[in-house]
Amino acid sequence: MATKSVSQSPWMNVRTTMRQPVVAGALLVAYILAALLILSNLDRGSLWFPLYSTLAFPALVLSPFIILASPVRTPLKVILVALLLFVAIPYLGMRDSSYLELIIQICIFAGLALGLNIVVGFAGLLDLGYIAFFAVGAYTWAMFTSQANTVFNINGWLVSGAAFYGFIFLGVVVAAVVGILLGLPVLRLRGDYLAIVTLGFGEMIRVIANNLDKPINFTNGSQGLFDVGRPPVPPLLYNSVVGAEAMLGFPIANATPLSQQLLFYFIAIGIIALIIIVARRLDNSPIGRAWTAIREDEVAAIAMGVPLVRMKLMAFAMGASFAGAIGVLYGAKQTFVSPESFSLIQSISILAMVIVGGIGGIRGALFGAVIVTLLNLLVLKNLSLQINALRNVDFIVPIINFHIRDWPTQLEPAKYERLIFGLLLIVMMIFRPAGLLPEPRRKMELLEAKGEEPVTVTAENPVVTAQPDAGKA
Amino acid sequence: MLDARPTVGAVSLRSLAEWIYRFILFPIGQMFVFVVGAAVVLTLFAYGLALLFPEPRPNIVLVDQVNRQLPGMIISGITTGFVYAMIALGYTLVYGVLKFINFAHSEIFMVGSVVGFEVMRRLDDAGNLPFWNPVLLIMLIILVAMLFSGLLAVAIERIAYRPLRGAPRLVPLISAIGISFFLIDFVRAFQAITRNDFNLTYPTNDLEWLRTPVKLAIGEGTVNVRPTQFVVVLGAVVTLIALNYFVNGTKLGRGIRAVSQDMTTAGLMGINVNRMVSLTFFVGGSFGGAAGALFGMNVGTVTPFVGFIPGIKAFTAAVLGGIGNVTGALLGGLALGMIEAFLNGLLVYFPALGQRYTDVFAFSVLILILIFRPSGLLGERVDEKV
Repeated sequence: MATKSVSQSPWMNVRTTMRQPVVAGALLVAYILAALLILSNLDRGSLWFPLYSTLAFPALVLSPFIILASPVRTPLKVILVALLLFVAIPYLGMRDSSYLELIIQICIFAGLALGLNIVVGFAGLLDLGYIAFFAVGAYTWAMFTSQANTVFNINGWLVSGAAFYGFIFLGVVVAAVVGILLGLPVLRLRGDYLAIVTLGFGEMIRVIANNLDKPINFTNGSQGLFDVGRPPVPPLLYNSVVGAEAMLGFPIANATPLSQQLLFYFIAIGIIALIIIVARRLDNSPIGRAWTAIREDEVAAIAMGVPLVRMKLMAFAMGASFAGAIGVLYGAKQTFVSPESFSLIQSISILAMVIVGGIGGIRGALFGAVIVTLLNLLVLKNLSLQINALRNVDFIVPIINFHIRDWPTQLEPAKYERLIFGLLLIVMMIFRPAGLLPEPRRKMELLEAKGEEPVTVTAENPVVTAQPDAGKA
Repeated sequence: MLDARPTVGAVSLRSLAEWIYRFILFPIGQMFVFVVGAAVVLTLFAYGLALLFPEPRPNIVLVDQVNRQLPGMIISGITTGFVYAMIALGYTLVYGVLKFINFAHSEIFMVGSVVGFEVMRRLDDAGNLPFWNPVLLIMLIILVAMLFSGLLAVAIERIAYRPLRGAPRLVPLISAIGISFFLIDFVRAFQAITRNDFNLTYPTNDLEWLRTPVKLAIGEGTVNVRPTQFVVVLGAVVTLIALNYFVNGTKLGRGIRAVSQDMTTAGLMGINVNRMVSLTFFVGGSFGGAAGALFGMNVGTVTPFVGFIPGIKAFTAAVLGGIGNVTGALLGGLALGMIEAFLNGLLVYFPALGQRYTDVFAFSVLILILIFRPSGLLGERVDEKV
């Protein structure tokens, strides 16, 4: 908060003015509109298009975080975010559906990051096979709707696309059950063993999905399940897309796929909103405090009467169930599910999201998901496109006189996401172990352990008290 | 563990005999016992399986198949077993000292196999590969791979683990995952630029003596053994004996053992803890590198992704034997290698499962051990310190 005692330099004046809620609100609206206009009017044919969209798109996608961090009042924040989510982004999708596709991907990963955040961030259980639960959800939906020659198809057990919403709940249940089944044997293990075992489970699920085409064909093996069903588009949504087309006066290439994409977008937003609510409520509940206790000191938690295995199982099942719901959505959106989509690199990239954003915090997990997904699907890909475009016109970098043509063709940024993730993880662990948007309590734990800042337990950071009704460990 | 009296410079004949027993005969005997033990146990299992399922597929009698395949399975089990044991040593040594799973060890192994390839490929490109003495050539490849991987492990510890010492357990583990992913793509980029391809084929076919299989007469039949299998076993035995001497017979080894028992006290006793940790990483890393080069020579083709599965399995082996225990790593590696060879040989006859599930079975071993005997076969019970 700027006070009068601060010397009134011109910059300070600007800052104080900008902190006025009205000014800040107007600036935010102007910022979002500018990003939206620039983005929707970029010329796809231009030589520098990949670079421009790499710069402009994150500006728009990161705006919710700017809104949340701005000094405006909460109702205004909610209105602005809602306008962004339900007006600006659908508008952008109508102009260019590839951005909408990217945003749906971001939503899917955001849901996964939120789920993993419960396991890793809240309960402190390092799960390196998290993608397995996502696979369980995706396969649950895909097996019952795919046109592939599976046992379900042959026996006529397929369901129609309308069952999608029911299957989201089924995905939640199945993934939670798998989570408990996997968790029961391994959750007695200590942190680093647990990491390796979950990693192995992730790989096992993939191997099993890859091989369960014989003797009975469940998963169609490595060919994957194709023509997976999609939920039907409600007529209302289709009509509003057509109506918007007429109103805004620009031709929309194809209203049917667009309204389908928009449907997935809204479902994803809905699932994420639900996950956020559940995660927030959990974090502040006795369960959440028990998780914190386990994370900070397992032995002390047991001594305080926290039922260790039950709480760990709950965290595992909770995280798994979110991944299951997102998995059902993913299967329907991709219409193709194969074991290749669920490799270790996916688990690690979700972990990278949680860590980059800020382990243990909901906003941090969302932020990390946006950043890492953008990096992976937009920045690296567009850099490759840009290099290729420049290579084709034989561009020469000024000053250093470098022919882009001489850039080795094998060295495409899009192919080296592991390198980027690896560096990201190391750098984050060394310099900012609590993430870019750190969660206060987590930050305290990490700094305390590194011995940088002695922290004592105060009223703001209460220790978890014993729960007499919590049962035996 | 053996106690370490400084017997190195002793002159009397008796102490020389004792030295030979402790550092040469005893380790070899131990390996021999482990190999024979694992082979016997698994052979019994195989015949037990044959009794349970006499004809898993029509017209295939399992007992005949086991009779026919047994020597081959045991030989391939010993080969993979020694490779696993050497990688497992890296996990175990580091765990013993830092109580931390060096997740990047599988990539140190991978770098070793790539370095081994580079040495052989360069000699071949220069045209003088066939003129090298086989023993010298293999020693050169192994030593270069060991040096390279060892230094890499030291660098990794210095950059990514040392700044995080004392942080919560998960922090260095995540950093190790980062290192592991970084190394995979770094090697891939390097090979893609320099060789335009990252599937690296060892030029073993250019060597007459490495190409022709050796025929071993066992009973009335003969078994073809690839010379690389001999190389792997011999190389592993020699390096393992050297390791045993280093850890149990030298002053530096004593330092490492002291640090692994109690880091703080060792520091108070005048041991340079950081140097001992670096040394441990060097030794563990160089074993990973040697295993990588031997593995590469044996399988012929390596890629930057080759480390993951052997790494996981070697970790399983280390846990099976009791993590932190050097002898345990040897036993675990040999046992796991044998189990895998038998699974590979026998799963074929069970159409519902098939060889595709070998990795799943090997992994189930890890989970079963962790549940029922987390301290491993030879390990002591490790309680968490409060």
